[in-house]
Amino acid sequence: MTAAQWLLILAWSGLTLYALLGGADFGGGFWDALAGGARRGYAQRRLIEHSIGPVWEANHVWLIFVLVMFWTCFPGVFASVASTLYIPLTLVAIGIIARGAAFAFRKASTELWQLRLFGGAFALSSVVTPFFLGAVAGGVASGRVPYGLAAGDLVSSWWNPTSLMAGALAVGTTAYLAAVYLTGDARRGGDERLAGAFRLRGLVTAVVTGAIALGGLFVVRADAPALYAGLTGRALPLVLVSGVAGLASMALLAARRYVPARGTAALAVAAVLWGWAVAQYPVMLPPDVTVSEAAAHPAVLRATLVTVILGMVLLVPSLLWLFAIFQRSPARRAATKE
Amino acid sequence: MVLSDVAATPADLVAARVQMAISLGWHIILACFGVGMPALTVFAQWRGLRTGDEAYERLAHRWAKAMGVLFAVGAVSGTILSFEMGLLWPGLMATYGQVIGLPFALEGFAFFIEAVFLGIYLYAWNRLPPRLHLLTGLPVCVAGVASAFFVVSVNAWMNQPRGFDLTNGTVTGVRPWEAMFNPATPLQTVHMILAAFMVAGFGIAAVYAAAMLRGRRDRYHRIGLLLPFTAAAAITPVQIVIGDSLARFLAHHQPTKLAAMEGLNRTSSHVDLSLGGVYLDGRLRYALHIPDALSILVGFRPSTVVQGLDAVPAADRPPVTPVHLCFQVMVAIGLGLLLLGLWLGLTWWRRRDLPRSRWFLRLTVLSGPAAVVALETGWITTEVGRQPWVVWRHLRTADAVNPAPGLWAGLVVVLAVYVVLTVATVYVLNRLRTQRVTAPQEGWAEEFAP
Repeated sequence: MTAAQWLLILAWSGLTLYALLGGADFGGGFWDALAGGARRGYAQRRLIEHSIGPVWEANHVWLIFVLVMFWTCFPGVFASVASTLYIPLTLVAIGIIARGAAFAFRKASTELWQLRLFGGAFALSSVVTPFFLGAVAGGVASGRVPYGLAAGDLVSSWWNPTSLMAGALAVGTTAYLAAVYLTGDARRGGDERLAGAFRLRGLVTAVVTGAIALGGLFVVRADAPALYAGLTGRALPLVLVSGVAGLASMALLAARRYVPARGTAALAVAAVLWGWAVAQYPVMLPPDVTVSEAAAHPAVLRATLVTVILGMVLLVPSLLWLFAIFQRSPARRAATKE
Repeated sequence: MVLSDVAATPADLVAARVQMAISLGWHIILACFGVGMPALTVFAQWRGLRTGDEAYERLAHRWAKAMGVLFAVGAVSGTILSFEMGLLWPGLMATYGQVIGLPFALEGFAFFIEAVFLGIYLYAWNRLPPRLHLLTGLPVCVAGVASAFFVVSVNAWMNQPRGFDLTNGTVTGVRPWEAMFNPATPLQTVHMILAAFMVAGFGIAAVYAAAMLRGRRDRYHRIGLLLPFTAAAAITPVQIVIGDSLARFLAHHQPTKLAAMEGLNRTSSHVDLSLGGVYLDGRLRYALHIPDALSILVGFRPSTVVQGLDAVPAADRPPVTPVHLCFQVMVAIGLGLLLLGLWLGLTWWRRRDLPRSRWFLRLTVLSGPAAVVALETGWITTEVGRQPWVVWRHLRTADAVNPAPGLWAGLVVVLAVYVVLTVATVYVLNRLRTQRVTAPQEGWAEEFAP
C-alpha cells in the first residue's frame, strides 16, 4: 500500500471517530432540545451535560484532524470541496461556534433565563450542524463537486436529493447514537428510569434512522447511480453489516443490554461511512479524480504519516485515560463536597 | 494542475479579508489566554497545595472555571479558522496546503493533548488525588505553547516561504521540515508566545486591580494581582529585546515590511528613526526624528543602508498608513508596560509592597486592555505589512481567494455571530468574577437540583 492510501485510511478513521464520538455529542444536544420544560427535563439535561462535558472538546478535535489531513495530503480535493460547498460549510462553522460556546456558557450560568437561552442555542446548533455536514457528504458522494476552485454549482451541490437525505441521516444518526450511549450512562448513574426513557428514544430513532437509510438507497439509485452501483456492488457486505448491526442494537436495547448495544450501534454507523468509502474508492471526487492523482508530494505524505503515527502514540493512551476516568462510577467525591 | 483564480468581485475579496481578519483577531485573544492561563492556574494551585494557603487555592478554582469558558470559545473560534482557510483561501490551500501541512498536523495533535488533559484537569478536580490532578495540568501548559509554536511557524512561512520547488506555478518538490523551520520561525514564534503570556498576565491582573480600587484589598485580591502581573512584567523586557531583533531580521529578510512600519520611502544610509507621525499622501508627516537612529538600530552604525519602499514597484508595496500606525502603538504600549513593571519592581525592592499610589492600580487596570491592543496592532503590523502577498513574493492575496460570488453575505452572517459571541463571552466572564467559588466544573446542574 502507498503512503497516500495509509493516510486516507487514517483520515477516514478520524472521520469515523468524529461521527461516533463527536456525533453522539451533537445527539446530546438533540435530546436536550426535546427534554421538555426546565423542571421536567432537568434529569435528562443533567445526564447529557455530565456525559458530554468532559469529553466534547477532545471529540471535536477529530474534525480538525480530518480537515488538516485532507488539506495536507489531498490539497486539491480539500480546496475544491471547500470552495464549491462554502455555503453549507460556513453554516457548519457557525453551528460549531454556537454549540461549543453556548454549552460552555450554560455550564457557567446559574439563572433560569440564561440556562434557557444558552441551552436553546446549544440544542438548535446541535441539530443544524450535523445536517449540513451530511449535506456536504451527500454533495461529494453524488459527484456534484468537480475538481477546481468553486467549479461546482454553489447551491445545487448541497441542495439536492442525496444531500438532503444524507443530512437527515446524519441528524438521525447523532440522535440514535446519543440515546444508546446515554442509556448506559444513566444506568451507571443509578437512574434506571432515565435509562428506560433513553432506551425508548433509542428504539424510536433506530427505526426512523433505519427507514431514512433504506429510503436513502432509493434516493441514491435515482440521483447518483454510480454511488448506488458501488453500494450494492463492492460495498454490499458493509451495507449488510450496517443493517444487521442496527437490528442487533435494537434487540439489545429491547433486552436492556445497554453496554453491548453501544458497540453494535457504533458498528452500524461506522459501516455506513466505510461503505460509502469502499463504494467510491479509488475515486475521491466523482467521476474521475482518484486518490493517486489527488495525493500531495511523496515527501509530504511520508512526513505526515510519521507525524500521525508518533502523534497517535501520545494521543491514544491519553484519550483512553480520559474516557476511563469519566466512564467509571460518577463523581462520588464531587457529590460529597456539596 | 494550477488551482488559482480571482475573486468574483472586488467586494468579495475585501469581504474575505475582513472576515479572516475578524475571526483571526478574535481568536488570537482567546488563544493567548489558552496559552498563558494554564501555567498561571497550575502555579497557583501548586502554591496552594504546598503552603496550604487558601487564597491560592481559591484563585486556582476561579481561574480554572474561567479557563473552561475561554478554552471552549477558543477551541471553536479556532476551528472556524481551519474552515476559513479552505472556504476563503482555497487558492492558498490548493497550491501550498501540502507545504504547510506538517506544522498543522503537529498542531492538531498538540490541540488534541490540550483538549484531553484540560477535560481531565477541569472535570476530575475532585476525582483524582490532588498531586496527580496537579500533574494533569502540565500537559495542558506544554501543549498550549506547542500549539502556538506550530501555528505561528506557518505564519512565519508565509513571511519567509521555503522548502518547496515551483515549476510553472505548480509545487513539484516539498521539504516540509525546511518549510516549518524557515528563517522567520524562531523569532516570530517566541515573540507570539511571550505576547500570549503578557496578555494573559496583564489581563488577569487588571481584574484584581479593579477590585482593589473598589476597596477589596485582602490577601486573595493582592495575590490575584501580583502573581499574573509579576509573570507578565518579568517577560516584558525579554519581549522588547525579541521585538528589536525581529525588526533587525526584517531589515535583512523582509525589508519592505520594515519600510512600511517606519514610513520610509527612500533607500539610503544615515536614516533617522521617526517616532509617531502619520503617513499621508505618500510621506510621513509630523514625526519626531532621531538622526541616524534607524540605521544604527539596524546595523549598529550610521552608514548602514536601510531599504525603503522605493526598492519595489508600487504594486508590491503594503498600505503604509495602518502598518506604521499599528507598529508605533505596539512599541509605545510595550515600553509603557515595561515602565509599569519597573514601578512595582522598585517599590517591592524598597519595602516589599505594592506602590501606595492609586495610579498604580488604575494603570494596572489599563494594562490588560493595553496588552490586547498591543497584541492586535502587532498582528496587524505583520499581516498588513506582508501585503499584497499572502505567501511573500509567491502568491498574491487577490489570487488566493475563493472565486465564488457572494462572499460578502458570509461576512455579514459571521459578523453578526461574532458580535453575539463577544457580548455573551464578556457577560459570562463578568458573572464568573462575582459568583460564589465552587469546584471548577460544577454549575447549574449542582446548584439547581429540584
